[in-house]
Amino acid sequence: MTPLASAADLPTSFCGIELAHPIVNGSGTFDAIAARRAFGPALEETFPFAAFVSKTVTLMPRQGNPPPRLWELPGGLINSIGLPNKGLAGYLTHDLPELAALPVPLIVNVMGFTRDEVAELVRAFAEREEVAALELNVSCPNVETGLIMGADPTETARLVERVRPLTTKPLIVKLTPNATDPGAVAAAAEAAGADALSLINTIRGMALHPRTGDQWLGGVTGGVSGATVRAVALAQVADVAGRVRLPLVAMGGVQRGRDADDLLRAGATLVAVGTESFRDPLAGARIAAELAGLRQEAPAPGAVAFHRP
Amino acid sequence: MGAAAEGLTTDDGRRTLAPPGRRRVTVLARQQFGAYAVLRVADPGGPPPRPGQFAMLAAVERWGGGDGERPFLPRAFSVLRARPGELEFLLEDVGPGTNRLAELEPGDGLWVLGPLGIGFGVAASELAGRRALLVGGGVGIAPLAILQDELTASGAGATVLLGFRDGLHSAGAALLRETRIATDDGSHGHEGLVTDLLAEELDRDPAAVVYACGPPPMLEAVRVLCAEREVPAQLALESGMACGFGACFGCVVPTRDGYVRLCLDGPVLDADRLDSALTPGAGH
Repeated sequence: MTPLASAADLPTSFCGIELAHPIVNGSGTFDAIAARRAFGPALEETFPFAAFVSKTVTLMPRQGNPPPRLWELPGGLINSIGLPNKGLAGYLTHDLPELAALPVPLIVNVMGFTRDEVAELVRAFAEREEVAALELNVSCPNVETGLIMGADPTETARLVERVRPLTTKPLIVKLTPNATDPGAVAAAAEAAGADALSLINTIRGMALHPRTGDQWLGGVTGGVSGATVRAVALAQVADVAGRVRLPLVAMGGVQRGRDADDLLRAGATLVAVGTESFRDPLAGARIAAELAGLRQEAPAPGAVAFHRP
Repeated sequence: MGAAAEGLTTDDGRRTLAPPGRRRVTVLARQQFGAYAVLRVADPGGPPPRPGQFAMLAAVERWGGGDGERPFLPRAFSVLRARPGELEFLLEDVGPGTNRLAELEPGDGLWVLGPLGIGFGVAASELAGRRALLVGGGVGIAPLAILQDELTASGAGATVLLGFRDGLHSAGAALLRETRIATDDGSHGHEGLVTDLLAEELDRDPAAVVYACGPPPMLEAVRVLCAEREVPAQLALESGMACGFGACFGCVVPTRDGYVRLCLDGPVLDADRLDSALTPGAGH
């Protein structure tokens, strides 16, 4: 066995936030408050991520989708969770104080069903010193236009233009892969004033009950994640990196240091771990250590240009 | 011995905290009991679980290690029995995960994350002088074995009622002591349902606390029987889980207070929190 490299060998700067290493969690894939109930104070001593991205907060509380919410796939899963959360007021009262006590910077993910709702959420966190950055979940329909905000460059630009003046905190736009041209959406977000982009969100998927042939998931469709989406993520990250100059938080099927390294070489600044944390709560720390090991063997990549025929 | 070996408990003593990482343990033995296999593993660093707690298990080899492979996610198993430095799990080969676990041999590696969740409440204040009635069905007898061990050690004792499909499955009854058995086909004990035995016991002496684990229709029948007689019941439920520690929000079950994550607020729930134990997706 090679000696374990230290993740502390990988200091990373992201939108002016200094991080110990480039591995964070994908929003909604790790509940630090729940993990503290299961693991106690030992969690903080071995916290697996360099920054913590909290689960999507909406204006009003949400119960989430009816179960069943999960379906295992070869090398992945479909989740149909439906963004359960306590709502903005509940988050500010109950979750934020606990998350602010984590040993790493906090990034808050928000989602609204109208631009006004998103603006209200951004405003609520704009002056909170516990919050290092905001991530906009744009994978939901604008109830006023019926369009998925992040699936359309114009919708995305209007949203970012609306909320950009409301905060000086870094604004990360989380792109959806369920768009015709994620690169165009990325460029629109950059032009409208986003500070960073994160991708990919889950890819729409569906499963049928193995015996009845009826829908399996309570929410009918869900999002596919895990190893099975890794190649899709790599291609979209490379595409988007070629279209914008913004720092990228890349995710999709990362299970090993090598997978994280691939996304960094494709142009990402940070890499998020999601589904792999379900298999191992400390996967983020392991992947950071594996990445540090790779860096000992080969120096950090510069900008990689992929040659297209 | 360090804190990990002794175990820090929370939730009124019903939860032993888990170390935050999965740990690689070694299979010591696999023993067949009819349709079931008992997997005994060496777990020298693991804290002692409370009865009803569970662990997430995955074979070290051939478990989502390569792409395009099932099983991919770990599987949740109640602890069958715990001894210092050892854990036992009960499994029935019914799908890709249990199929892989059921072929593990002594010396093979197993990832364990746990103990997880909130187990049965067995404090003297819970029993309040009433007898403990344990009701298990099929592979759901697992957490009742460690529970019976605890109740025996505390001197409280327990009446154990177990139900199985047939003789091949009722071989699992050997894992508990002094059991009354029901089988669907009458090949062992009472021909019929274990809830027939429960009704009989409650009619004879309703001063009881019922602890139950089994398939959803059995749990629902237990819930209704106990509710009718105002007998307190604690039900160990099942739900598909991706993580086991509250991260994925996938294992929710409906309660009178809305959805709760079974891995975090269960798997043992007081029956009076439920309108039904027929939770969607369970028993699949």
